[in-house]
Amino acid sequence: MGHTFAEKVLARKAGLDSVVPGQIVTVRPDKLLTHDNTSAIAGQFRKIGVSKMADPDMSVIVLDHVTPAASETYAASHQATRQFVAEQGISAFYDIGEGICHQVLPEKGHAWPGAVIVGSDSHTPTYGAFGAFSAGIGRTEAAAVMATGQIWLRVPESLRIIVNGTLPDRVSAKDVILHVIGDLRADGADYRSVEFAGETVRNMSIASRMVLTNMAAEMGAKNAVVEPDEKTWAWLNRNQVFRKKPGFSPTYYEEVHADPDATYERVIEYDVSGLVPQVARPHTVDNVVPIAEVVGTPINQALVGTCTNGRLEDLAAAAEILRGKHIAPSVRLLVLPASREVLLAAIERGFVSDLVAAGATLLNPGCGPCLGAHEGCMAPGEVTISTANRNFKGRMGSKEAFIYLASPATVAASALSGVITDPREV
Amino acid sequence: MQTKITGRVWKYGDDVNTDVIFPGKYTYSISDPKEMAQHALEDLDPTFVAHVQPGDIIVAGKNWGCGSSREQAVTCLKEAGVGAIVARSFARIYFRNCINEALPIATCDAVDGVESGDEVTIDFAAGTVTTPTGDYAFPPLSPEVMEILNTGGLIPYARKQLGLE
Repeated sequence: MGHTFAEKVLARKAGLDSVVPGQIVTVRPDKLLTHDNTSAIAGQFRKIGVSKMADPDMSVIVLDHVTPAASETYAASHQATRQFVAEQGISAFYDIGEGICHQVLPEKGHAWPGAVIVGSDSHTPTYGAFGAFSAGIGRTEAAAVMATGQIWLRVPESLRIIVNGTLPDRVSAKDVILHVIGDLRADGADYRSVEFAGETVRNMSIASRMVLTNMAAEMGAKNAVVEPDEKTWAWLNRNQVFRKKPGFSPTYYEEVHADPDATYERVIEYDVSGLVPQVARPHTVDNVVPIAEVVGTPINQALVGTCTNGRLEDLAAAAEILRGKHIAPSVRLLVLPASREVLLAAIERGFVSDLVAAGATLLNPGCGPCLGAHEGCMAPGEVTISTANRNFKGRMGSKEAFIYLASPATVAASALSGVITDPREV
Repeated sequence: MQTKITGRVWKYGDDVNTDVIFPGKYTYSISDPKEMAQHALEDLDPTFVAHVQPGDIIVAGKNWGCGSSREQAVTCLKEAGVGAIVARSFARIYFRNCINEALPIATCDAVDGVESGDEVTIDFAAGTVTTPTGDYAFPPLSPEVMEILNTGGLIPYARKQLGLE
């Protein structure tokens, strides 16, 4: 009998011939991600009572959530993280300005096909776009992984989501995943491993595949994965990262593919050839409607960026719509590239000047206002349309504010007119 | 861990996310659990913090604790005095965080049989939640997970694993 991706990768990692859903396995992860919460995790780590991490090379730390520090409190937290990094001898540390952890890990060679990655962030499933098994964990768990080098994982049941059809113009991966979440709901994949397959996914760029795996968290997925292929290899080696930094990553990896006769809890098929732009209305990510139902809603702020849609193709999609034009006077457009690498490429291609000339406020690579701590929080009654992954009440400042989620093209088109706008009509 | 817990109910709905349990704006600025407790459920139920009593039990719908992995969404409730959480289902990371913080949980449909203010009893040995309108059975946690809960959470459990206890 065949096995799913999750079953195969966890069996291999646990040193077992095979595993079944529901089984608890103990594994040694390849990588452990922590971010601004590292200072708090270091506190939990000390409570366990060991002085040195089991494996400092397992740890990857990225300061991205509130960067640069917004206040003395945040500054002290960042300082504590830097001290912990020095004390533990952690080499994979990326200070403010490098970018969002979910972009930086793959860029720096810390995510690869078949790897098992755990991270103290709910969007850790993003690395599944590279064929890795990656799942979010809590702070205390991250501390325990630091101390013991191990974690228990429940082998998840699997869903296979097959997407076929050619996406229409100005309809992108974001519209696909919003449509899927609207269909399967916020708990549609709770505790499940989600495998994305089909010709649409095959034809997607790595950046677009990352949108799918990133947002799988919003339907409760433990992990999400796209089978690695030649695109994966080309992306991972685009800067010869693997060869340049042999200490950080294996120069060789073994891909893990689901068996054709694997057993799935559900197989769900979508044909996206007729898909229209999708929007998630406040205050839940599964509150998804076709754009026609919200067209004309006035907005105060538009945001292009975050770990969901802050990559080069996203900035390109926004620049294409805004080039040579100017955003509505009533709108604040915030643009946050996902990483330094993305920012440099966007400068080189002229996207940054296109967007800034069109009225955008350029923010530093990082999480920005997505979690409501700084750089663009909303006042009561205000409305933001964002390319981010969450629109929960109070998420971006006031709990009386409203967040709509959409693709970069939809956000750019809306910034142009000041109301939610179908990007196919600009 | 106590095998039987009795407490007063706070009833909530489906898909309650960690942003409304503990707002993101505090996640990197508040580190004291007592201060966290002051913001528990701030954006969902502003009456909660003023009226919660030690041992109260949250009874909720499906997908309790979805969204961010922030553990403060467990810590703030535990510190506020919540004795257990019963939900139709739990979001995965929230479930793990409860185990790791040794906050007892039960997965069943008890929300169908209670109102806020009712008294319920959770019997972990029998696997039942007793409500004024009837009993609801819940599946036992796996032995591995029970061991962490019974050891008092992941920190004492890790200490035991490392031979420090």
